[in-house]
Amino acid sequence: MLRRLSARKTFLIVGLLTMLAGCQSAPPASQDTLYNDLGERHGIARFVKDMLYIVVEDDRIAETFRGVDIASLHRNLTDQICHLANGPCTYNGRSMTEAHAGLGIDETDFNALVEDLILAMEQNQVPVSAQNRLLNRLARLHDQVVRIPEARPTTH
Amino acid sequence: MPFTRFLPWLLVALASAPPAVAEPGSRLWATGGVTTIEGAAGGGLVPMAVLTGYASDREWGGSVALSHAPLDDYTVDVVAGALNWHNRIEISAARQTLDLDTLGAALNQDDLQQDILGAKLRLTGDVLYSPYGQWSLGVQYKHNRTFTVPDAVGARDVRGTDVYLAGTKVFLAGLFGRNVLVNGVVRGTKANQGGLLGFGGDKNDSYDAVLEGSAGVFIDRQWLVGTEYRQKPDNLGFAREEDGYDLFVAWVPERHLAVTAAWVNLGSIAGLDDQQGAYLSLQGSF
Repeated sequence: MLRRLSARKTFLIVGLLTMLAGCQSAPPASQDTLYNDLGERHGIARFVKDMLYIVVEDDRIAETFRGVDIASLHRNLTDQICHLANGPCTYNGRSMTEAHAGLGIDETDFNALVEDLILAMEQNQVPVSAQNRLLNRLARLHDQVVRIPEARPTTH
Repeated sequence: MPFTRFLPWLLVALASAPPAVAEPGSRLWATGGVTTIEGAAGGGLVPMAVLTGYASDREWGGSVALSHAPLDDYTVDVVAGALNWHNRIEISAARQTLDLDTLGAALNQDDLQQDILGAKLRLTGDVLYSPYGQWSLGVQYKHNRTFTVPDAVGARDVRGTDVYLAGTKVFLAGLFGRNVLVNGVVRGTKANQGGLLGFGGDKNDSYDAVLEGSAGVFIDRQWLVGTEYRQKPDNLGFAREEDGYDLFVAWVPERHLAVTAAWVNLGSIAGLDDQQGAYLSLQGSF
C-alpha cells in the first residue's frame, strides 16, 4: 500500500527510478572531443606511463604485472585508450577477454587499476570531465576483465 | 550527550588504524556513501545499495560516524558503526537520540531514544561498473528505549523491523561530464518518526510501503552535492507525520574521512510543525 503519494512526490520518485533504469545508454555520440581532451595520443601515452609506474608500486596488483613486457603493454594500453576515445589509433592487442582469461582478476584488482589510472590522470591534469568520460567507456570492459575463466583449449 | 561522549572513541578508532594498511579498502573514493541516521550506508536520511567503507571483494572494512542536527524544537544525535565483509554484507548499529528541547519540560522527559541493528546484503551489481547499478536488500531491527511517551500517544509496539530494497547507480560522466548518483528505495515499515515514537499506532497498525530517493552530482571525486526525499507513514492519531527531505554537500577528501553538511526538513513532529535545521555528520572509515 502506497500511502499519501501526492502527484508531485510521485513524479519526483518515479523520475528518480526512471533515471536509474534508463540513463545507462546515453553516450555523447556527437561532437566527440574526448581524444582531444585527453591530450591526443601523446597525452594518453604520458598518463598511461605514469599509471604503470604507480601500478608496479601497488602491492594489490604489482604481482599480476610481473614478467609482463612493459613496453608492449604501454603501447597496447595507449592504443586501446586512444581507440576508445575515438582517436586515430588501432588496437592490435588481444581481446580483453582473451588477455585476462585465467588470470583470476577480481574486483579488488579492477578497482586498484582504475584508482591508479585516476591518480595518473590527475598527475597529468586531465580535466575531470575527460577522466569521467574515459572511465565510462572503460567501465563497460569490466565484465571482460573480472573473473574470466581459463580459455578452453581450442582444436589446433 | 552522545556527541561528546563518543568523540574520543572515534578519534581512537581513526588513530589506531594500523599504518601498514594505509587505505581502508580498494573501492573508489566515496563509493561507500556516508552514514545515515539509521546506521546503514547511504546519505543522511535515505539508505543506498552501497555498503559502508571501502572493502572490495577480498577485504574487510567499516566505518564509525557521529551526526548532529539541531532542528527548531528538537535535536537529533546519532552514533553509528558498521562493518563490511567483502563488499557483500554490511552489519550496522546505531543509537538515535531526539532531544525534546521544547516539549521536554511538559512531558517530563528529556529525550526519545532508540537502538537500530541493521544488515544489508548486496544482491547484485556494482554501483560504478554495472549498467543496471547495484541492488541490495536491507533489514533494520529497531528498539525504542523510551517508550513511555510513544505509548501515551498511541504507539502499539516498542520494537519494529523495517525491510528495504535499494537500487543505486553512478552514471559516469552522466551530466556535463560529471558523475551522477541516483538512488531509489522501497521500504516496508511501521515506524513512527523512524521509530523514535514507537511502531504502529491507533490510526494504522499495519506495514506501509514507503518510497525514498536521492540524487546527486559529483563536482569532482571529493565533492558531492545532492538531495534526498523520504516518505514516512502516518500511524498516530494525536499528530500528523510528514515526509522528510534535505539538500546536502558531502566532502570526501580521502577514504578515511567523510564530512556531510545538509539542510534538513523533517516536517511536523509531534504537533510541532516544519521542523528544519542544519545537519552535520562526521564519518571515519577503516
